[in-house]
Parts: sequence; structure tokens; C-alpha cells
Amino acid sequence: MIKEISGSDSIIYCLDPRVKIIIAILFSVMVAVSDRFLVLISALILNLFIIITARVPIKEVFKRLIPVNTLLIFLWLFLPFTFAGEDLFSIGSLTGTREGVLFAFRITIKSNAIMLMLIALAASTPIFTIGHAMHQLGMPEKLVHLFFFTYRYLHVIHKEYIRLVNSMKIRGFKPKTDLHTYKSYAHLIGMLLVRGFDRGQRVHNAMICRGFSGKFYSLSNFSISRADVIALILMAGFILMLVILEWTQTT
Amino acid sequence: MDTNNLIINLQDISFSYPDSPPVLDKLSLKFFRYDRIGLMGPNGSGKTTLFHIIMGLLKHTSGSIEIFGKPVTKEKEFDEVRRKIGLLFQDADDQLFSPTVLEDVAFGPLNLGMSRDEAVDIAKKTLKSLDLIGFEDRITYKLSGGEKRLVSLATILAMEPEVLLLDEPTAGLDDKTKTKLIDILSNLDLSFILISHEIDFLFEITDSIYTMENKRIVSDKEAHLHQHIHAHPHGLYPHKHK
Repeated sequence: MIKEISGSDSIIYCLDPRVKIIIAILFSVMVAVSDRFLVLISALILNLFIIITARVPIKEVFKRLIPVNTLLIFLWLFLPFTFAGEDLFSIGSLTGTREGVLFAFRITIKSNAIMLMLIALAASTPIFTIGHAMHQLGMPEKLVHLFFFTYRYLHVIHKEYIRLVNSMKIRGFKPKTDLHTYKSYAHLIGMLLVRGFDRGQRVHNAMICRGFSGKFYSLSNFSISRADVIALILMAGFILMLVILEWTQTT
Repeated sequence: MDTNNLIINLQDISFSYPDSPPVLDKLSLKFFRYDRIGLMGPNGSGKTTLFHIIMGLLKHTSGSIEIFGKPVTKEKEFDEVRRKIGLLFQDADDQLFSPTVLEDVAFGPLNLGMSRDEAVDIAKKTLKSLDLIGFEDRITYKLSGGEKRLVSLATILAMEPEVLLLDEPTAGLDDKTKTKLIDILSNLDLSFILISHEIDFLFEITDSIYTMENKRIVSDKEAHLHQHIHAHPHGLYPHKHK
């Protein structure tokens, strides 16, 4: 499960979650639209600095970077060979271009920089606090609820999944490449969906019984401290600097 | 038994799920203030269905429901019912959906229009009354089965209902938690209907036991004295007969 893993007394952990979300969003957008390597690499360094300040265990950081980088491997397999430009190297009849490699490299840095920022955010903030902060920042209620419920019931559905898988195992089910296996998996997924639906219905009923009428109330109360303001100004300033850097290059 | 104290009055309630034979057939039930009723019956005999009909979660096909002297049919009218009657679900995971215990317990009071401080206050008080001090910030899905059940009860009690409908509250609980639940329920100044398969438990905290038979409720108000002698393989473990 997703949980906060940073040092709980780190500066980043103590920041107001709203400040962290705003910074993460600004940062991600900035990195996503930037093209200049100088900008991207500065962003990456800034990120490393944040991760270190948040004291996220390095092993955990790498573990969480695996999925996005697995995806990037495929980009590296195709991009250099499919991009028009100056030839750089060739393997057999395939020719890799300089532009292709640079492009793949850019995407790699961007994805990792954004991921690192999100890791720092998620690792230093209890997931529910993020939800409440989203709510307070005026994000659509439906999104916030979706966020909460997904997290709350992921666990329950996962447990249900394990139960089903175990019940298959104890009856000697071994996945093979045959119709029986596919059928059994189809049943498993179907069963999860049906049960999930039923569960949703029951939860909704339970909520109605307690007077739910479509509105959620939040109990959290955040307050901005001086550290928050300083962090926000510092980070906004840094991001602005990167934006200027990026912008002066293109004009 | 004056009519002022008649809380739930069901008349000839019938219900069936789509494409299935009826679950309830002309069921009638009168439930008075201060009643503590145990409800027994085989699986699938419609006990839970009955609770859901009382709460307006399921619509009965025929018959009439009067609650607190007023007929209820429309969704709006059931809002009032849900304020005064608390339903404890069979599965605590259905009931607890908020991130933390405090938020979940405060959910009902907030829906009733209380301010945040009032809601937190009443939530804390309720938790305290159930001996759940220090649970406020616990994550609901990380609680143990017994803790989940007690917190679920807290979420209902925080709404200060006049009646409780308890759907198998002891299912899956160990003896210690069960004893605690018995303690809590017998000290509550509330009327309740309680579904359970455990006769010992029902004897302990209810005044009368009804059973579901032939899609209806059969009450057994008279006391029958009977004696039974039995030997059983678990005789080593103490248990109660009354």
C-alpha cells in the first residue's frame, strides 16, 4: 500500500500539504513543457535535493521509479530509430538518430523529475491529508471523493482478490497457457467486479443510513506557518527562474 | 402498551427481489419503546431484508410502514427515520469508509447539520463511552475485526438514535469483545432489535425473542420452562445457559 515513508520530522513533512500540492503541480507543469536540457537537469537536481531533505529512503525511491522507467525502456527501443534527423549510430540495417536519442533522453529526465516530485509529495504526506488538502484547494468534490474511496477500498478489494486467489490455489489451480486458465481468470475478474459493485451498494446504503446526502464535511484544519510561506516563495522563485531560463532560450 | 410508544408498526409487508419468490409475505410487526427484541431465523429468511425495509433502503411491494406514528413511503420521509433509527451493518467494512475513526464517527453528526466542533465533540464522547479512547486517529481499515465492530457501533450511537437495528453484531467476534458488546448494549438506554444466531447472547440482552418463520415473524412472548441435559464435545469450555 501507499504510505508515507519519509522522516516524519523532516522539514518537508511538516509543510502544509496545500503548499506541497501547489508546488508539485507548478513544478510538474513547468517540467512537462520545458525542453532545454539545462532547465530539465536543474529541475532534476532540485528534486534530488528535496528527496534528500524529506529523507525518503533511497531504496524506496528506486522501487517507486521502476514502473515509469520500465515504460521508458520501450521508448528507448523505438524513439532513436523512428525519429528523423542526423545519423548517430546503426545496428544492422537500423539507424539511430541524434534527435531521436536526445528526445528519448528528454522524456526520461522529464518523467523521472515529475515522478520524483510526486514521490516526495506522497512520501512526506499521509494520503488522506492529501485528499483533504485537495478539497481545501477547491478541487472538484467528485475527484476528491473518488480519491478517498479508491484508497479506502483498494485495500478491501485487494483482500477480496487474495481470498479468491487462495481459494483457487487450495483447489489445485496452477496457471497455464490454456483455456481453463483464461476462463478461471475471467471468472476471478468478473467476481471481483460483481463483488465490488455489491460492496459499493452496501457502503452507499450505510452512508444513507447515517444521513448522507451527497455532501462531505472535512474535519481537517490546516494552517499556514511561516515555514510554509518561505518554502512556497522559495520554490515558486526557483520554478520561475527555470521558466525564465527556458523562455529566454526559445526567443 | 399505549400507542404513543409504538415506534415501528409494520402491516402486511411483502417483499421479493426481482425474479425470485417472495422473501417476506404479509409480515406484521409492532415494536414499542423500551422493547429489546432478538430476532432469529435461518439464513436467507429475510431478517436483513426486513431491516433494510424499515430503513427505506429496500422498497416493500405491498403493506404499510408506520414509524413514530407516521406512515412512511417516500425517500424524504425516510430521512427522518434514519435520524432516529440506527442500523448496524453485518459487515463493518461497509460501515466504515472514512479515513480515520474520528472522521467516520463524526460523519453522521455532520450530516445532521452539526458544526464541526460539535461533531468532533460528540464523536469523542461516543468513543469514550465505548472505551475507545485513543482511537481517533487510527486508520479505519487497519483496525481488527472486533475494533471495527465497536467503532461501527460508535458511528451509529454518535447520531443519538432512539432505536438500534443490529444485524448480527456478534458475528466473528471473540469472547472478550462479545462480553464487551453485551456490556455496552445492556447499559444503553435504547430500544433495539437484534439479529443473531446465538441464543445465549440473545437470552442475555433481550427481553423477548422472535423468529422468522414462513416469511413472517412469530413472537414468543410467553415464557416456557424447559430443561435440557446435553453432553457435548466442547463441554470443557464454560458457556451459559439460562
